[in-house]
Amino acid sequence: MTPDQAQRVIEEALAQVAPDVDIGEITPDTDLRDDLGLDSLDFLRFVEILSQRTGTRISEDDYPHLATPASAVKWLAGG
Amino acid sequence: MPALGADMDEGTVLEWLVKPGDEVHKGDVIAVIDTAKSAIDVESFFAGTVERLVTGVGQTVPVGTVLATITESPAEPTAPQSAGPPAERKVPGQPRPAAPRKREKKIAAAEQAHPAVTISPLIRKRAYELGVDLAKLRGSGRGGAVTRADVERAAAERQREVALKPPSPAVSRIRATPLARRVAAELGVDLAGVTGTGPGGAVSEADVRRAVPAGEAAQAREAVPVREAVPAPEAAQRPAAAGARSGAERALSMRQAIGRLMARSKREIPHYYVSNTVDMTRSLDWLHERNRELEVSERLVSAALLLKAAALAARKVPGLNGYWLDDQFSPADAVHLGLVISLRGGGLLTPAIHDAADLQLAELMSRMRDLVIRARAGRLRGSELTDATITVTNLGDQGVESVFGVIYPPQVALVGFGKVTERPVAVGGLIGVRPVVVTTLAADHRASDAMTGARYLTEISDLLQRPEEL
Repeated sequence: MTPDQAQRVIEEALAQVAPDVDIGEITPDTDLRDDLGLDSLDFLRFVEILSQRTGTRISEDDYPHLATPASAVKWLAGG
Repeated sequence: MPALGADMDEGTVLEWLVKPGDEVHKGDVIAVIDTAKSAIDVESFFAGTVERLVTGVGQTVPVGTVLATITESPAEPTAPQSAGPPAERKVPGQPRPAAPRKREKKIAAAEQAHPAVTISPLIRKRAYELGVDLAKLRGSGRGGAVTRADVERAAAERQREVALKPPSPAVSRIRATPLARRVAAELGVDLAGVTGTGPGGAVSEADVRRAVPAGEAAQAREAVPVREAVPAPEAAQRPAAAGARSGAERALSMRQAIGRLMARSKREIPHYYVSNTVDMTRSLDWLHERNRELEVSERLVSAALLLKAAALAARKVPGLNGYWLDDQFSPADAVHLGLVISLRGGGLLTPAIHDAADLQLAELMSRMRDLVIRARAGRLRGSELTDATITVTNLGDQGVESVFGVIYPPQVALVGFGKVTERPVAVGGLIGVRPVVVTTLAADHRASDAMTGARYLTEISDLLQRPEEL
């Protein structure tokens, strides 16, 4: 998966989980939980969508990699 | 119009899902009602055949007004009853058992001496919600007992004067689809001035859009908040959900409804508070181990453990699970756990997870996810909003350590959970770093003492040390 593909998947997942958030306001370093206010159920749904779309198994130990869009892109793109 | 929560005074019919002649079963969703807080799916209280829809789409009526009449199935033991309180009957008067009058009088007299004895907690709660004074009610049930229908009839009589006033004509006489109403509210279009082209002259969304001058339309679209413009794919937000109210109106009416209820709580309920710090090491280790093998969709979050512990503890300490009504505490038979769900964009709803103490963790977790999704999409059911016996607020995700809540009357307790954080803790004479959560309880001092509250929080702590038994 390229970084661009990963970026798109992340944006789609966020649009579903937090439909009220303006994607344009999300920067690479936006903290999904603290800045966007995703709660643990939202975050679980976010992980679920990422996992489905990318076919990647994401364990709880991997959650810290998904804290911001930048770190999530890096991790999903295999960096 | 049923009271969908203690804070509801009136409601607007957004949509009928049945028509005259339709068969309905008890529990079937028959209408969508818009309240100050949200659009709610309203279920039928009876099984039978829909006879007449009395309150039309778009009409706003007070709690207690007749929405529709349903002729009860022959299989049902009693006479025709109405859908939703209050009961309007085809047969005037209440069928009475052919008991000798003298005996009835005696029982009635005995009842006056102990008015609370023959009234069930649920009926008392209902009366409280509808603002009916039970002392002035004459029961028509067996042995002169006050029935749900009595209470609702009294509420209807009280409301009749109000109900007879026609609702504002601009709203009531215009036929329009829910989507058209929503769009009209967003664009600031007066539906009265729009010519409908839909069936029966109903105003459609396209009619509304046509009614806006081109320049204004573009401007109005800009003003529509993103939340409204982007359809929520999660649970296909029903067009009626945003319903008769625009975002700003909804936010205001939501604040007002919360404000009224919370002010009443603080005015009437002498709150006392207790708190405790609970070691979460065992619970989190167990959770992590369990989730390791599972797909994302089956994983649990720590909130599920906390909710289950809160429900089990409520069963163990029944003095906190129930309602304060008529100057006395009525314990509830089951634990229906109210869950404070904050809505994106402000405000909150508190639907209940029914029989939470009996649910497996996985089931509790899926109910919780389901409730959050439906609460945000405006698809809760009336029964979910009315029968919580104790409520939990979980602010763990907001990063605060503890929350001391305000009780939802007529409930008598509100449980709070903060964020699970790592703290230095003394264990066996040594300092170690452990995950802990602060649990709190706000309880009604009329119904219980701090001793009971302390027992409740200790019980939660004990339960969380044995997560495998939750």
